[in-house]
Formats: sequence, structure tokens, C-alpha cells
Amino acid sequence: MELLLALTVGILYAAGLYLLLRRSLVKVIVGLALLTNGANLLIFTAAGLVRGRPPLVEAGENVPQAPFADPVPQALILTAIVIGFGLQAFAMALAYRVYRESGSEDVDSLRTTEDPSISLPKVEAAE
Amino acid sequence: MSGLVALPLVVMLASSVAALAFLRYPKIQEAIALTGMVALVGAAGWLLAETWDGEILVLQAGNWPAPFGITLVADLFASIMVMLAAIVGLAATMYSVGTIDADRERYGYYPLMNILVLGVCGAFLTGDLFNLYVWFEVLLVASFVIMALGGGRPQMEGALKYVALNLVSSVLFLSGVGLLYAATGTLNMADLSQRVAEAEADGYMTAVAMLFLTAFGIKAAMFPLFFWLPASYHTAPAPVAALFAGLLTKVGVYALIRVFTLIFTTDVGYTHTIILWLSVATMVTGVLGAVSHNDVKRILSFHIISQIGYMTLGLALFTPLALAGSIFYIGHHIIVKTNLFFIAGVIRRLGGSYELVHLGGLARSRPALAALFFIPAFSLSGIPPLSGFFAKFALVRAAAEEGEFVALAFVLGVGLLTLLSMTKIFVEAFLKPASGEAPAAPASPGFWHYAPIGGLAALTLVLGFAAEPFLSAATEAADQLMEPERYIAAVLGEPQ
Repeated sequence: MELLLALTVGILYAAGLYLLLRRSLVKVIVGLALLTNGANLLIFTAAGLVRGRPPLVEAGENVPQAPFADPVPQALILTAIVIGFGLQAFAMALAYRVYRESGSEDVDSLRTTEDPSISLPKVEAAE
Repeated sequence: MSGLVALPLVVMLASSVAALAFLRYPKIQEAIALTGMVALVGAAGWLLAETWDGEILVLQAGNWPAPFGITLVADLFASIMVMLAAIVGLAATMYSVGTIDADRERYGYYPLMNILVLGVCGAFLTGDLFNLYVWFEVLLVASFVIMALGGGRPQMEGALKYVALNLVSSVLFLSGVGLLYAATGTLNMADLSQRVAEAEADGYMTAVAMLFLTAFGIKAAMFPLFFWLPASYHTAPAPVAALFAGLLTKVGVYALIRVFTLIFTTDVGYTHTIILWLSVATMVTGVLGAVSHNDVKRILSFHIISQIGYMTLGLALFTPLALAGSIFYIGHHIIVKTNLFFIAGVIRRLGGSYELVHLGGLARSRPALAALFFIPAFSLSGIPPLSGFFAKFALVRAAAEEGEFVALAFVLGVGLLTLLSMTKIFVEAFLKPASGEAPAAPASPGFWHYAPIGGLAALTLVLGFAAEPFLSAATEAADQLMEPERYIAAVLGEPQ
């Protein structure tokens, strides 16, 4: 199970990074979403998988019986999912505004922030 | 007494919520934001006074003992940083009162400024690695919205680049946190310090350390990860650019210094050598970018990068003197850089442009402004007896003591180029005759412009002419960083 999840994490990171390098703004944002989810799964996998042993304390005991699933990474992931969700929503709204302002979603055409006195290589239009 | 640690956070949270409640009344928002910032300066001053003699204040949130709960820690370094955040927060809010338009105010500019400073203070005070991530996100979300507020194509594009790069940085940070937890089973920084030291010295910890270096390096705008900074900062209005320039990259530097003095100190020969050469590259590329540009805000943006190199250089040398130099440099830089962006805003208001070609004659028409520009500009270049000189002197001396003469040569050379580009702004904008393209009736800057500029300039003079107490505080803070045992004992209780 660890191996399967580790492979999934690797694929999510690779796909996320690949999409980040694309020129389409939408793909960049999808790439960010994949990366965030990859990081969440990474925490989950790296902290160790325990099946079917929730960290519940039996009546009359002070600590749950080992082995039990570590609740801390799950709390971390829960927090990270919420934060990631908010940030992705913001990034999408921002990308939409950029599209409205510039009429393009090609990252290479977003050059109004560069110094106009420095000449840049000509960019072919995206197909 | 330990509740004091949370006071700056409580003050900022209260004022942002109060300002949010009066979203439709900009005047009341201004008053609340100003009051909140003044109260924050007071709270930070109290915190600084309590930690001044080397005491480390610790608050265990909810009374959960460390390392199980979330810990807030105020050592001298953190207190100094909170004080600096409070000072520039107050200055930026004052400057905003005179310049920010009604549209931005209606969309919650002041509450967002308060939340931003809240996130910054939280990042300085936390003693828990995941909590640091959360505070980073708090300040990032606030900065994203402030960056994008107001619209216009350049600002939207700048905000997009800023957001995308910072999100990547957050993912790397989170991955590092996950891997570190997997290896040690703890997130409390004091506890991590012990566990990482006990862990086997294999490549795993070094790889995790490099993840943190990359994540914080993006936030701090270190070479080669700085590209988002000059592409975004100059698009924002002057008070926003000033606050970001002064504070945000320094949070990244603070996080770097914190994790690389407290947690990742087992393989110093490897990690800190990488930081050393990255610092040198950061200094050089930053200053070359600054020299090649002719737009006041762009020049200043590139200088931020250049000076981040100085701050991380102190970390890389890893001696008490070098870290003291770094801390003094951070303090000097935050005050001076914020001020320079304020003055750039006033120059734009008077001359109608940030382009040096279109500017001129300001020394004749506004001699007071020229004098006020002179102080931070030449402090930045390290001219004695201004504050930048002492910061650079400490770093140069530390580099000489460590025998890093190549780095030392770069420090001095970069200082010279800094002087060159500051002189360029001074000559072009102030000394050369007016080009005649200035707006017919420039909007005259008023009290809300000159008060923060004058105040920060006065602070620069104090830091320069009365450097001794500040240098000794920086030295004490650096000693605390070099002896993590004190931090660990304060957080975890007496060593078992």
C-alpha cells in the first residue's frame, strides 16, 4: 500500500510540475492543485499507514492500544486541504481577472510587468 | 507573564476584525487601523523590554505542554522582528491614510493590512513548524488580495506571478514538514532540534533541509528563485510596495535563520556552504539588476534581492558576530527600504513618473525631500555613520575572521555598486534640471506622507549614531541563536 501511495505522490508531483511549466494559465492552476494534493498525500504516506486502528481510547484506559493510526498527520492534512482549497479558489478568480484584463491566457503574453526598455525574444502564438 | 507573547497577535486580530465591521466607513477604518498599529508598537515594545536581557518567554497554547501543543516563543530575535513589523506596519498605515483611494478602502484595504501584519507577527512568534506554515498562509492570502486590489493589467499580472510562485513555495514547505514529521514524529521546533541532532547523519535530513532552503528561498527571493519579486512589487501602489518590500521577504529570511540555526545544524559544512554561495550570487545578481534599470521602483526592487544576500550571508558564515550582523542588517534594511519606497511614491506624485528620464529638479523644488531621500539611500549603500555601515562592517569582519575572502570581496564590490545606483537616483531625480515634463500642478504631498518618511529617517539616524545598544541587542540575539540549548530549555522545560 505504501508503494502504491508513494507512486501516486510521485505521479502527482511530476504531473503538477509539468503543468506548471505549460504556457496556459488554466493548466498552471491545475498543476498547482495537483501539487497541493500530492503534498497532502505525501504527509499521509510518509507518516506511516495503519489500517483499521483509529486512535480511540478504550473505556478505563489513558492511551489507545498500539498500534494505532497517528492522528497528527491527519490533522495536518485537514488543515492543509482547507488552506489549499481557499488558495486555489483565489488563484482561479485571479486568473479569470487576468484573462479579462489581458484577453489572453498564454503566460508568455503576460509581459506588461517587464521593463519595456529591455527587448525580449519574439514569442510565437500558442497553437 | 507568558500570555504577553500572544499580545501582539491579539491586538492585530482585534483591530482587523473591528476594521472589518466598519467596512463601509473608510474614516473609521483608518482610525481603527492606526490605533491598532500604535497598540501593536506598544505591545511589541513591552515584549522587547521583557526579552531584552536574554529571557525567553514561552506560551503553551491551551496549557498543552510542549511538544504536544502549539507553542509561542519570544526570544530576543523574534521580539526584535515583531518590533520592526510593528514600526513599518504603523508607517505604512499612516502613509496609506494619505494615498489609498476610496475603492481600495471599500474592499477592505485596512483590515487586510492588519491581517498581513498579524500573519507576519505570528510567523515570528511561533515555535511550531506546522504553525509556521499556517501563519505563512495567513500573511500570503492577505498579501495576495492587497496585491490584486485595485485592478489594472500590470497589477493583475504582477499579482498572478507573485501568487503562483508563492504557492509553489508553500507546497515545498509543506512537503518538507511532512518528511520531517515522518522522520522525527514531532513538529515542535525545540523538540525537532533535539531529534534531528540525534537522528542518523544520512542524506535524508540534508535533503529535507534543502527542501526548506528552496521553500524559504523563494519567499526570501534568494538566487536563483527571485524572479517573482521584480515582476510584481513595482506594480503595487507605494504604501503596499513599501510594506511588502520591508517585511515580506524578511519573513523568509527569518524562517531560514530560524530553521538553519535551530534544526538543521548537523551538517553545517554542507548546507551552510550552499547558503554562502547562494548568498553571494543573490547579492551580485540583485545589484546588477538594480544598476541596469532606470525606473525608481524597479531599482529599489532589485536592491531588496541584493540585500537579502547580505542577510543570508551572515547565516552562512554561522558565527555569533556574523549572525549579529545579519540581525542588525535586517533591522536596518526593513526601516530603510520601506522608507525608500515611500519616497519613491512621493517622487512619483511630484514628478508624475517612476522613470528617471522624466524626473529631475526635485532638489531645487523640494530640498527637504532631497535630504530625507539622502539619509536612507546612503544608509543603504553603507556610508558611515549611517546604520548600513555598521551592518556591513559586522558582516565584513565576520567574513574576514572566517577566512571567506572571496565572499568578502563580493560584499565590498556589491556595496560599491549599491552606492552607484543610489547616486544615480539622487542625481537623476533630484540634482539634474527638471525635464519640463512634470505635471503642471503636482499634487503636493502632505502630513501623511512626510510623517512616516521623517519618522523612519529619524530611526535610521538613531540606528546609525547610537548603534551601540542595538548592536549589543543583535549580539545577544545572535548568541541565543548559536546556543539552541537555551531555546530548547525554555520551551521543553529543564533538560531531562
